[in-house]
Amino acid sequence: MSTPARSATDVRRVALFPTCVGDLVEPDVPVAAVRVLRGAGCEVDVPDGQTCCGQPAWNTGFTRDAARVARTTLSALEGALADGADAVVVPAGSCTTMVRLYWPQLFELADDADAAARARAVGEQTWELTELLDALPERRRPGGAVPPEEVVYHRSCHMLRELQVADQPEALLTRVEGCTVQPWATAEHCCGFGGTFSVKLPEASVAMADEKLDTLPEGVTTIVGADASCLMQLRTRARSRGLPVRTEHVAQVLERAASVRVAEGER
Amino acid sequence: MTAEWPLRGSTLRERTATAVADPVLRANVGAATDRFRAKRASAMARVHDPDGLRSAARGVRAGILADWAATLEQLVDNLQANGGQVCWAPTAADANAYIASVARRIGARTVVKSKSMATEETGLNEALAAVGADVVETDLGEWIIQLAEEHPSHIIAPAVHKNRHQIADTFQDRAGMVERVTEPTELVAFARRELRRRFLEADLGITGANLGVAETGSIVLVTNEGNARMVTSMPRVHIAVMGAERVARTWDEADLVLGLLAKSGTGQSLSSYTTVISGPRGEGEADGPDELHLVILDNGRSDIAGTEFAEMLNCIRCGACLNVCPVYRQTGGHAYGWVYSGPMGAVLTPLLAGTAVHDHPDGAGHDHHAGELANASSLCGACMEACPVEIPLQDLLLGLRRRNAEHAGRAERALWRAWSEAWSRPGAFAASGSVAGRTRRLAPLLARLPGARRWAGGRAMPDLPARTFRQRWDAGEV
Repeated sequence: MSTPARSATDVRRVALFPTCVGDLVEPDVPVAAVRVLRGAGCEVDVPDGQTCCGQPAWNTGFTRDAARVARTTLSALEGALADGADAVVVPAGSCTTMVRLYWPQLFELADDADAAARARAVGEQTWELTELLDALPERRRPGGAVPPEEVVYHRSCHMLRELQVADQPEALLTRVEGCTVQPWATAEHCCGFGGTFSVKLPEASVAMADEKLDTLPEGVTTIVGADASCLMQLRTRARSRGLPVRTEHVAQVLERAASVRVAEGER
Repeated sequence: MTAEWPLRGSTLRERTATAVADPVLRANVGAATDRFRAKRASAMARVHDPDGLRSAARGVRAGILADWAATLEQLVDNLQANGGQVCWAPTAADANAYIASVARRIGARTVVKSKSMATEETGLNEALAAVGADVVETDLGEWIIQLAEEHPSHIIAPAVHKNRHQIADTFQDRAGMVERVTEPTELVAFARRELRRRFLEADLGITGANLGVAETGSIVLVTNEGNARMVTSMPRVHIAVMGAERVARTWDEADLVLGLLAKSGTGQSLSSYTTVISGPRGEGEADGPDELHLVILDNGRSDIAGTEFAEMLNCIRCGACLNVCPVYRQTGGHAYGWVYSGPMGAVLTPLLAGTAVHDHPDGAGHDHHAGELANASSLCGACMEACPVEIPLQDLLLGLRRRNAEHAGRAERALWRAWSEAWSRPGAFAASGSVAGRTRRLAPLLARLPGARRWAGGRAMPDLPARTFRQRWDAGEV
């Protein structure tokens, strides 16, 4: 499941897939993604007609329902690429994995060989946000500064193990002056979300989140991640326990950092 | 005697909820799996090309299973030529009946056992008790859970859910320990004294089999306590019970599997004791039993061959997937309800459910109790990464979930159909967003929906934004 060899250098026009969670629940994440991509010299469009990648149904075994929803988003993204976009960018590791690795299999199981072939083509031009940003030429890579803060980074499962985008988010955070990523013993442990897992086995799901929260380094209260759904799981669990934990998507950190840079530039 | 398996009498959610409510259990399992993980990581780090080795092992296991019938035939022929006796057991009941008949014929009163998951599968201890035999488990962990009247909670470390203080409690309450000791070396010394006595009086020894090697008709047993050597050499009769898929054609293949088993399971280059048995005591030999029997257990395995789940037969039972699984880490093994736990159990139990777990009238019906084990995963993929024979456990779990979906109730199917109907239309998708926004004040109502209730049991409901991303984008605000 390796990433196809491709160049980020030529990526100038980007079609953003905000994802369903980003669109409906965490709009500040795709907003930040748009701004960071623009700061990196990309023209960003959000093609009409996208909804969801179909992952909730796929992971629950409802292949045809998943394919039905995924087909809608596939058509929208395919259209954007046909209209001249150089890449599809997704600010979520899990949804990127779905598009790139599971869509072909999903459509094949749904007896739609045509969509499977189209999905392969779209997948080859699809990037997870930090994967693209980190692959850009140095002068286009985001940077800037934030007020001094110590954070931990949650390595979300699909992005780490299946997409194999491991170090890029932290590499980008390291470029942000003031942001210090602390080691976290459970950084690579699953947050316990897992889509419908979180409501099918809620007690186990919560226990998984608890171990992560209980192992936060002394004094660190900010968890940064590249998947809004993992962050939602950790944040809502922390809130129900009354823990002073906040979460932030990598894109949001980079957006804040860039605004400091702009402000300094204006001065 | 162990209690009934909880698989059928409870739901997966009930069992996981009970498990995670036990902080001692979680601490014990967490600490033990951390140790196993660290040992495995350091053992694999000593290998030149670990991924190449895993890939080679996958190929070897696939080759053996492609040649399964001939391999078994050769194993049987060679073992019989060496003086061994073989029983082919299509079901658990067949295996138990054969073993009970041997026990009756030789008048076995004390039976010593080395750890065997295959005999957990068949419920052998109960079957032997029914014919009047006194069965003693001699693997330390297995003895502990036998005394505690529990089931194993890990395929290679049956008492992994207990700490040394709980073990001392068990020894005091159930094994007559007078002076309480809690140091591991003292606990082991106590067990050794008790078990040695039982080895000396045993008439029948029963073991599992980690591997059968066809080219020489041999059975390989792997232990770290040496108890299998006592079990196979002191009693007059030895019976080995082997899952039918646990075979290798050659010693080269066996070498690869045994090395990976030790590295992946306990982080050793090779287990402390690797015992090879190729027949009963020969003429003029000093050691070994008068009779050697090999029971080859199918119990649903051959039904898996040729299906989309066939790779599960490649499993070498190392336990690596349990040790890296974040769900197992919180729940331990008992939550899985049957013999096998962790990701391999979540896949294998539903596959064996047709014959092994459940006597379905059709022989292989869909078993909802076993089938729901496929939900015992957040699909984090850690199991696939750890598996020494690269079984695509996550893909198999997804396959099982697809099978479950085909048998889902009308309400669940209707829910997903309504969802896909709405979210395959961008207009309806956008509307679901603005409805969500408009109904923020209705959040308490939303929170009463079944899914939301399950979410909100331990988590706050996420705040829904006033406006969706699409609304902000279309308004030109981004």
